[in-house]
Amino acid sequence: MAELERHEYDVVVIGAGGAGLRAVIEAREQGLRVAVVCKSLFGKAHTVMAEGGCAASMRNANSKDSWQVHFGDTMRGGKFLNNWRMAELHAREAPDRVWELETYGALFDRTKDGRISQRNFGGHTYPRLAHVGDRTGLEIIRTMQQKIVSLQQEDFAETGDYEARIKVFHECTITELVKDGDRIAGAFGYWRESGRFVLFEAPAVVLATGGIGKSFKVSSNSWEYTGDGHALALRAGATLINMEFIQFHPTGMVWPPSVKGILVTEGVRGDGGVLKNSEGKRFMFDYIPSVFKGQYAETEEEADQWLKDNDSARRTPDLLPRDEVARAINSEVKAGRGTPHGGVYLDIASRIPTEEIKKRLPSMYHQFMELAEVDITKDEMEVGPTCHYVMGGIEVDPDTGAARTPGLFAAGECSGGMHGSNRLGGNSLSDLLVFGRRAGLGAAQYVKALPSRPVVSDDALTTAAREALEPFDEHVGAENPYTLHTELQQSMNDLVGIIRTKEEIEQALVKLDDLKRRMHNVTVEGHRQFNPGWHLAIDMRNMLLVSECVAKAALARTESRGGHTRDDHPEMSADWRNILLVCSAGGGDPIVPDVTVTPEQQVPMPAELLGCFELSELEKYYTDAELAAHPERS
Amino acid sequence: MSNSYQANMRVWRGDDTGGGLDDFKVEVNDGEVVLDIIHRIQATQAPDLAVRWNCKAGKCGSCSAEVNGRPRLMCMTRMSTFDPAETVTITPLRAFPIVRDLVTDVSFNYEKARQIPSFAPPKDLKPGEYRMQQEDVERSQEFRKCIECFLCQNTCHVVRDHEENKQAFAGPRFLMRVAELDMHPLDTLDRKDMAQDEFGLGYCNITKCCTEVCPEHIKITDNALIPMKERVADRKYDPIVWLGNKLFRR
Repeated sequence: MAELERHEYDVVVIGAGGAGLRAVIEAREQGLRVAVVCKSLFGKAHTVMAEGGCAASMRNANSKDSWQVHFGDTMRGGKFLNNWRMAELHAREAPDRVWELETYGALFDRTKDGRISQRNFGGHTYPRLAHVGDRTGLEIIRTMQQKIVSLQQEDFAETGDYEARIKVFHECTITELVKDGDRIAGAFGYWRESGRFVLFEAPAVVLATGGIGKSFKVSSNSWEYTGDGHALALRAGATLINMEFIQFHPTGMVWPPSVKGILVTEGVRGDGGVLKNSEGKRFMFDYIPSVFKGQYAETEEEADQWLKDNDSARRTPDLLPRDEVARAINSEVKAGRGTPHGGVYLDIASRIPTEEIKKRLPSMYHQFMELAEVDITKDEMEVGPTCHYVMGGIEVDPDTGAARTPGLFAAGECSGGMHGSNRLGGNSLSDLLVFGRRAGLGAAQYVKALPSRPVVSDDALTTAAREALEPFDEHVGAENPYTLHTELQQSMNDLVGIIRTKEEIEQALVKLDDLKRRMHNVTVEGHRQFNPGWHLAIDMRNMLLVSECVAKAALARTESRGGHTRDDHPEMSADWRNILLVCSAGGGDPIVPDVTVTPEQQVPMPAELLGCFELSELEKYYTDAELAAHPERS
Repeated sequence: MSNSYQANMRVWRGDDTGGGLDDFKVEVNDGEVVLDIIHRIQATQAPDLAVRWNCKAGKCGSCSAEVNGRPRLMCMTRMSTFDPAETVTITPLRAFPIVRDLVTDVSFNYEKARQIPSFAPPKDLKPGEYRMQQEDVERSQEFRKCIECFLCQNTCHVVRDHEENKQAFAGPRFLMRVAELDMHPLDTLDRKDMAQDEFGLGYCNITKCCTEVCPEHIKITDNALIPMKERVADRKYDPIVWLGNKLFRR
């Protein structure tokens, strides 16, 4: 491929959301040359949509907080399936990562004594979320974008070239990772604008591509969330874990239809908003699960007292972890106590003054006013569950972000383990910062230790180019990529959604096989220059591969836990707690290879971390044999 | 509940060599926004229609275009604001070079962003030691609501029909960025002269077109540009400041 555009870097970061940008900053601070490649314009990544805040035990709002309490909340939220080492690193390092953002220029909301203000959120014992109104994600991404500009200015002062060490390649899609033997040698893709191919030769690639929500019909995710990193990693020989766990955020907009799924921040409930059914009842008191009994308020009076003073009452069940609240809403609607548009009511209007609502929740006010013609300072919102986040992702080493394929690293939503079976709100932005930095550092250390740079073979490039262009060939029985995408979204939504059964998952797998076969006949019109039909055809391959992982893992896990609810196996089973379902791909179709799911045991939590929990709580989750090492027993 | 009708849509199609308006008849349902209709055209009539979008919730600022000649986010423009019989015309942002269809080359904005000196905190202030009062950060926070949709850059008459001014003028979004840093309680740089001399604040004659099109309702003119102009004016015309500058210039 003589005419191919080629670039050589030390590290290529794919994805320019929070995790990607933090990895770029770190690799550059380690003195390496870094390329950041993203599908959208720089600064538009999905992180901008994070609303509520970034969890870190800075102790600004309650001095009783600590990393240990944050760690405990995270494990509890994930129903103890989390990779404990990731949860530990996350809780320990999050405060430093947030403070660091202030040195980059971030302006969080303040406490009275001038420190970073922290708000309540679901599953967090203390007010812990650093925030900027309800647009925290925008602040974080803009801050890191501006930090990258500042590093580029330093490089300009030194070398006369802004792009001497960091270059942004935006509106560019990576279709394949290229390897030399078993290790990473680069990444191949195309410019969305021109359709021309481009090769990045680099010994290390950091995947930071976010989630998979665009495989579901009702989703809070943007079009970019097509599981690219998950699929690239699988095809490069790495593994995924926890793919059966999908978070349905309890509060998405349900009306009008065109905005169904758009997120309504948990901050509404954090600031006092309550869920009500069509009878006006605050129903969450009826849905406190046995594992959380005793930890949540049992009357409205107690819940309201907690809002005024965290230390004098137990927290409101409106702020149970997201999986619990989503299931509760689902049950209320099924029982016929839903709103006219199939959701429940979320009331902030009667809870706090109009001016406070506009000040604390400006984008929610704006969003409902402009899209639904609802004034949230006067009327209740209608909300229901929406596909929001995938807990599952690339299996990585907790300390370095390294995947099983040498030279491949991952961070943020596309990596797996940190959140177990359910992520707490606010733990995503902090995850991006903590593990984005660690993956950037891990990649830098890997590159520095390499004796020789890997080489990209021409064969690999020819294959990658041919596969990318397949949709432009003529096919008998031509398929429209938009039609296939709609069918996939409908199937995943209906058959592998919030409540699952064996029969429905099996139906989904049949449908996925059918879509996989039809995928080869996808034919696109026009030419390669900015052609959305072609872009979707390529993204569809990733969505299909990742959807198969979700369905196969969901079929294998015969229990209910966090973001995986089996109607035919409604109980949580201690025997399943420590089991990871590991997905790998190989054989079959070259573009959408077959998925194999293998159960594997996790490394047990060391005694000093077990000591963060009361034995009586652990007994709800662990088998007896596993608790032999607990300090209260030994 | 559903109230469907067929809308008359007119969409600009073409590339840097030229193009024109194409007519489409498209179904519109209750509650839909312009971006939904553009997507329906893509899915059913013109699969290669190029458009940028991302969050579809007014938070990322990708789907900027001109709707009946007015700079708007397509995801935040409800079809119910038009008469069903009306023809709705969608054209790309006029101030930037065409790539294809509704997609324009907005690299001008990224170049300007890179020219503005970054936040410069006091050197001895460690992470975790930053102390700022809410009322002091609120001014800059308003400007940090900016989603970089570049509608203000597109509508500003200084560059809209005057390509030649782009060199000397950073546009409202980036003059606001200078103001944001100038008002940051812990920034140590003096940004008044650079606003005037390097980023072209003097070109702005406060017609407030930028404020009118801002989807985040940021008062760009009143809260960023005018206060910045006042600070520059104090500096330039205050004889004591002038003398101080003469005597103690670093």
